[in-house]
Amino acid sequence: MEHDCSLASGGTGCISERQNSIITTGKNKSRIHCADDSLAGAVSQRACVFCGARVVLNPITDAIHLVHGPIGCATYTWDIRGSLSSDSEMYRHSFSTDLKEKDVVFGGEPKLAACIDEVISKYHPPAVFVYSTCVVGMIGDDIIAVCKDASERHGIDIIPVESSGFLSGNKIVGYRAAAEALMKLIRPKPGEVIEKTRKLNFLGEYNLGGEKWLIERYLNEIGIEVNVAFTGDSTVAALKRAPGSCLNIVQCTGSMHWVATNLEKEYGIPYLDVNFFGAENTADSLRRIAAFYGDPEIIRRAESLIEREMNRITPIIARYRKKLTGKRTAIYVGGAFKAVALIRQMKDLGMEVVVTGTQTGKQEEYDTISGLLSEGAIVVDDANPAEIERFLLDLKVDVMAGGVKERVLAYKLGIGFVDHNHERKECLAGFDGAVTFAREVYITTCSPVWKHLKASIGGEEL
Amino acid sequence: MTNKPANSTLRVKEVNENQCHMCMPLGGVIAFKGIEGAMVLVHGSQGCSTYMRLANVEHFHEPVDIASSSLNEKQTILGGEKNLNKALDNVLRVYQPTMLGILTTCLAETMGEDMDRMIRAYLQEHPNLGVEIISVATPSYRGTHSEGFWATTRAIIAHYARVCESHNRINVIIPNISPADIREIKRIMGLFGVEYTLIPDFSMTLDRPYGGRYQKIPTGGTSPADVSRMPGAPVTIQFGLTCPDALSPGLYLEQQFGVRLINLPIPIGVDNVDQFIAALSHICGKPVPEQLTLERGWLLDGMADAHKYNAEGRPAIYGEPEMVYALTGVCIENGAEPVVIASGSPHSKLKDLVRPMVSDLAEQPFLIEEADFASIEHAAVSAGATIGVGHSGGKFLTERHGIPVTRVGYPIHDRIGGQRIFSAGYAGTLAFLDRFTNTLLEQKYGSYREKKKDEMALNRVM
Repeated sequence: MEHDCSLASGGTGCISERQNSIITTGKNKSRIHCADDSLAGAVSQRACVFCGARVVLNPITDAIHLVHGPIGCATYTWDIRGSLSSDSEMYRHSFSTDLKEKDVVFGGEPKLAACIDEVISKYHPPAVFVYSTCVVGMIGDDIIAVCKDASERHGIDIIPVESSGFLSGNKIVGYRAAAEALMKLIRPKPGEVIEKTRKLNFLGEYNLGGEKWLIERYLNEIGIEVNVAFTGDSTVAALKRAPGSCLNIVQCTGSMHWVATNLEKEYGIPYLDVNFFGAENTADSLRRIAAFYGDPEIIRRAESLIEREMNRITPIIARYRKKLTGKRTAIYVGGAFKAVALIRQMKDLGMEVVVTGTQTGKQEEYDTISGLLSEGAIVVDDANPAEIERFLLDLKVDVMAGGVKERVLAYKLGIGFVDHNHERKECLAGFDGAVTFAREVYITTCSPVWKHLKASIGGEEL
Repeated sequence: MTNKPANSTLRVKEVNENQCHMCMPLGGVIAFKGIEGAMVLVHGSQGCSTYMRLANVEHFHEPVDIASSSLNEKQTILGGEKNLNKALDNVLRVYQPTMLGILTTCLAETMGEDMDRMIRAYLQEHPNLGVEIISVATPSYRGTHSEGFWATTRAIIAHYARVCESHNRINVIIPNISPADIREIKRIMGLFGVEYTLIPDFSMTLDRPYGGRYQKIPTGGTSPADVSRMPGAPVTIQFGLTCPDALSPGLYLEQQFGVRLINLPIPIGVDNVDQFIAALSHICGKPVPEQLTLERGWLLDGMADAHKYNAEGRPAIYGEPEMVYALTGVCIENGAEPVVIASGSPHSKLKDLVRPMVSDLAEQPFLIEEADFASIEHAAVSAGATIGVGHSGGKFLTERHGIPVTRVGYPIHDRIGGQRIFSAGYAGTLAFLDRFTNTLLEQKYGSYREKKKDEMALNRVM
C-alpha cells in the first residue's frame, strides 16, 4: 500500500491537513499546530476524556471507581496502570453500571443509584468516583444529582467525574475532569480544620513500578516527609489531608498544574516543578526542594545523597553510554513532560533524538522540545501510524520510546522499543530508575535479534 | 442448573464487577480484519477506536489500525455526517482499502445516526470510489464482542453474496479463534483436498511473519470475490453452535440461498474434531487421510497418559460462548469435570447446549451467563476450582486465590503469543491438553510435599 507522500520538504505528513502538526527543527518558521481536535479518519494514537480522567484517578487505592455507561469503557480500563499500592487493592477492580438498551432509552439514573448502593453495601469504601461516559452524556443522566443523593444517603464522598468521551479526543480535558474531582474530594467540610505540617504533596506521581516509594525514600533521607501523592498509592483519607502541606511538588504537568494552581489559590500552598526522570533531573529536583525548605541540614543531606548516588550510578550508566553512543532514537509519548525528560535521558546516553512527538503537548512545550533537538529533527503533534512509520524509516531510527501501540509498529520495522507508558512495570524514576532506563534502552537497541531480522529481509517485503 | 442455585443467585446484581466480556464493535473489528483489502472505521468518539486498537495490539502483537470519525461535542448534538465524510475522505486516501467496514459505537447509535443514508449520500457524491462500504450497528448496550463478531461476519456475507452457479467450494464460517487455529483448520481441509471459502480469515492479516515493513493493510484475508460466490456452495460448515439465529451467517446463507448449514462446535476435543472430520469426509466422499488418523492416535495416546492427572482438575471455564462450549467438551471427555462454566454474553445458546453435557456429572457446575469475574471468582472459590481455563481476565483467580489459569481464547494481554495459542484439530487438542495437564502438574509438584506434611504428618503443629 504505497502512496506518494514524503518527508522530504520538511514537514509533509500523509494527509495534507496534518502538515501544520509536523515541523522540522531549524527549517519551519511557523509554530506547530497542536490545539486541534484529532483529524477524523487519521488513526490518531489519542484516547478520550474518560481515559484521561480514569488514569489520573485510578491509583487512589481504596476508592471505588464506578464507570457509568455500557460495558466497553470499563473493560478497557480495568487495572490498566502499573500503579502499586501499599495496602488496599480496591482500585484494581473495575465497576461498571453495564447499561443496556432499556437504560439508554429510559435513562440510566435508577441503575446508577442501585449500583452505588450495591458497591457500598458490599465493600464499604471511603469514597466512590462515578465516571460519566459518552452515552450517559448523550442521554442526559444527571450524575451530579444521583451522586449527591447517594452521598447523603451513605454519608461518604460520592464524586461525579464529568468525562463523557465525546467532549474531546484529548486526554488533557479528562485530566482536568479528574483534577476537578480531586479538588472536590479534598475540600474540607465546613468547620473542619486541617492541621498544617512541614510535609509536601507530590503531584503527578502515580507510583508506577514503585516510583513514589523510591522518591519518598530519598526525601525521607534528607529529612522531608511526603504527605500524599496525587495519586500514586494514595488513599481517600490521605488525600483529604492534602491542604495541610507546606509545599506541592509537581511532576506530570499535563495532569496536575491546574491542581497545583488551585491548591495555591485555595490553601496558600506554593508549588515547585520537579522531574525525577534521569539522574541530573533527579539531583536538580532534590536540590530545589531542599532549597525551598532552606534548612542547612536538609541541604547538606541532599548534597550527600546526590553525591553518593551519582558516584554509584555514573560508572554503570557510562558502560551503557559506550554501547549506545551515536544511536538514533524516536520518542512518541502522551505528554510533553515525559517527552522532555526522555530527550534529556536519551541525550545523556549519547544518543541522537531525531523524532519527538506527543498526543497532548501544548505550544510552549513544543517550543521547549524544539529547543532541545538538533537541526533536522522532526517534531510532531498527534501522529498516526503512517506518519510514525515514515519517520522511523526515513530517519533510520534504531530505537523508539512510547506506548503499546507504537511498540508493535517498531518491532514490525525491526526497531528496538522502550516502554514509557502508564502500564509499565519498571521503576524509571530517580537514580535507580536512570540505571533501569539505560538498561532498558540498551537491551532493546543492542539486542541480537535485530541482526537476524535484518538479514532475513534483504529489503524485500513479504 | 439443577442442584446449584446458579444464574439466579450469582448475578442478581446491578453492577458488573471485573468484566468477562468486551464491547460489541471490538468483535466487528476482528471480523472485518479477516477480509482482503479491508480497513475499519469506528463511528464515534476517538477513545473507542484507540481502546480497540490497544486490545487487539496486546492480543495479536501486530499493528491493528482502526480509524475513528472522532466525534466531538458539537457533532454529537448536530449529527456526525460532516465528520464521517471527512473520516471517509482521509481513511480512503491514506489506506486505499478495497473494502471499508464501519462499526457504530454506543454514542453513534444513541445519537440515532442513519448510517445507510449517510453512506449512500457519500457514495453518490463519489461515484467512482472503487471501495465497498459495509456498515454494522454495534452498540455495546446491545451485545458483547462475540455478538459483534457474528453480526459483522453476517453483514459482510450479506453485502457480497450473489446468486450464482453451483460449485464445489464449501463455505467455512469461523468464530473468534486464534490465527494458529485458523491455520490448523485450513491445513486439515487441505489434507482432504477440499476447496473452501473460509470467513473471516484473519490468520495472515492479524499474525504476520516478519517482513521488515508495516503494511497499512496486511496481505491476506478472505477474498470478496469468493464471498460473493458463497451462495453457490454445496454446504456451509459453521463453527457456531452457540450463535443466536438472528446473527448466524450460516443460517443466513441457508435461508436466503438454500445452502445447507452444518453447524458444528469449534474442533477442539476429540469428539468435536471427529464431527468436523466426519463432515469433511462425507462432503468430499473421501476416507480420512492417514495423517489425521495418526494425529488422532497421538491424541488418544496422550489422553490415556494424562487422564489421572486431569481427573484431579476442577476447571472453571469462562470466555466467549463458542469457545466455552468447546472447552467444556474437552474437559469433560478427559475426566476434568467443570465446576464453573461462564460467559459474559447474555445472548447465546450456551446454557441450553451445555445442560445435557453436564447432567450426568457427579457434581453440578455453576453455569453463569452474563458473567462478570466477581461472580466467576465467587463460584470458582466456593466450588473448589483448581484450574481456570480462559482468557487473561481470569488473572485474579491466580493472584488472589492461587488457582492457576490455562490461557486460551480472547483477549490474552498478560502473556505473549495470544495469536499463536494452538488448540484446534487433533494436534491442537493435544497441545491444549498438555498445557492444561502441565498447569495442574506444576501446581501439584510445587505444593504436594508441604500439603501432605500439613495433612498427614503426626507431628504437625495444630
